[in-house]
Amino acid sequence: MEFNSNSGFLYVIVSIVILFVLLQSVVFFVKAWRRGKELGMDVKALKKTVGSSAVFTIAPAFAILLGVIALSKALGFPLPWLRLTVIGSLTYEATAAAAAASAVGATLAERVTDPKIFTAIAWVMALGIVPGLVLVPALGKKIENGVSSIKSKDSKWGQIFLSGLFLGMISAFLGLVFADVHAGLTGWIPVFVMLASAVLMIVCGLLRKIIKAKWIEDYALPISLLGGMALSIPITQLVQSIAG
Amino acid sequence: MKNDISYRDSVHRIGRVWILSALAMLIAVPVAICLYYRAWPSIGGVLKGMLSIAPIFWTVGVIEVFTYVPMLGTGGSYLGFVTGNLANLKVPCALNSMDRAGVQPGTEEGEVISTLAIATSSIITTLIIALGVLLLSQIAPVIESEALQPAFANILPALFGALGVVFISKDWKIAIAPLAVMITLFLLIPSLASAVGVLVPVGALIAIGVARVLYKAGMLDEKTAPVEPMD
Repeated sequence: MEFNSNSGFLYVIVSIVILFVLLQSVVFFVKAWRRGKELGMDVKALKKTVGSSAVFTIAPAFAILLGVIALSKALGFPLPWLRLTVIGSLTYEATAAAAAASAVGATLAERVTDPKIFTAIAWVMALGIVPGLVLVPALGKKIENGVSSIKSKDSKWGQIFLSGLFLGMISAFLGLVFADVHAGLTGWIPVFVMLASAVLMIVCGLLRKIIKAKWIEDYALPISLLGGMALSIPITQLVQSIAG
Repeated sequence: MKNDISYRDSVHRIGRVWILSALAMLIAVPVAICLYYRAWPSIGGVLKGMLSIAPIFWTVGVIEVFTYVPMLGTGGSYLGFVTGNLANLKVPCALNSMDRAGVQPGTEEGEVISTLAIATSSIITTLIIALGVLLLSQIAPVIESEALQPAFANILPALFGALGVVFISKDWKIAIAPLAVMITLFLLIPSLASAVGVLVPVGALIAIGVARVLYKAGMLDEKTAPVEPMD
């Protein structure tokens, strides 16, 4: 069989897996929705969650699509499409593919035509994400029980404990924004973008107070994310023109 | 209460079936490609590839389970770990949705909101990428255009800048120490950027440690007012 990284066969098997995962999302959605109604939650609040999550997802989804395109030059479309729709993340897939390629003496700079190299890359990308899929079913319940036992001992501390967990994650990623500062003025671009987006979030909060529009608050995160991304364009131009 | 437990148990049951099936399908893909093209890679090559990524990615994978499962809840975890893009999409989406809905993670209501947010986000992502691959010739010139590259390069700062305002303003007393440590760390050792996942629990331990001290000293007694108090 002549190998082609964009073959119909690859599209078919990839589509099957993607449809399976889409089905899982729908099943969990329906289950959560029913449970929400059972608990007597306001349907409006549920709808708002769906609406704001959908809007929020658009920009990151296009960034992920950009990752698919970047990897497609070497690997064709089906494999990167699968890897970035299911489990993968932008940072992981590109690194895994590059590491696998170099391990078998290939590079991602050109199209992979040797099926043995292609399958080596496919195996490494698949095996690299196994831990999460094994550990969630194995340990998920125990971790949850651990957290709820902290909560049942002292509910206020339980809440503070979870806030600490969020803040740990948020501070790690905010710290990451400063990783390029050593490169000089252009390395500050991410810091300026972060500040711009933070200011937009504060403005959303103030607007919500002044004009009393609740929807602004519900869409504040997508608005600030998109606004920050949009502002990064003039910020980058400005900084680059100053830095020369 | 009995009902609560049985609901969670039922999510665990179906969650395990779905996540293990997803794992089987994921492994089946390279198997199918190898069988169809009769091209098995050299075991040495795959091992060598694994050796260069597994130490970091498996460590991060283990850490992600311990840090994100308490945030995402039962249904959210089974779904989020299958659909991926956790730190850059699913976790911020779930945290923000729970905050907006005024529900706590780990509660029944938090469970519902988090699962709905992650399911919606997964469905939209899948659709956008599928449409993008289908309509690629029309879309590629736009999203690959030089002018838009800064926007995609800065998605994480734009996301965490906004998210930071929401969560830091609520618990600023707990946030200061981990923030200061993380910023200093990245300023001193920029190469840590490739292992940010490993630093998430470090930040969390610092935050939780500081919170414990402040809590015991009675300094967290009155809940810090959010930036925009509900009227």
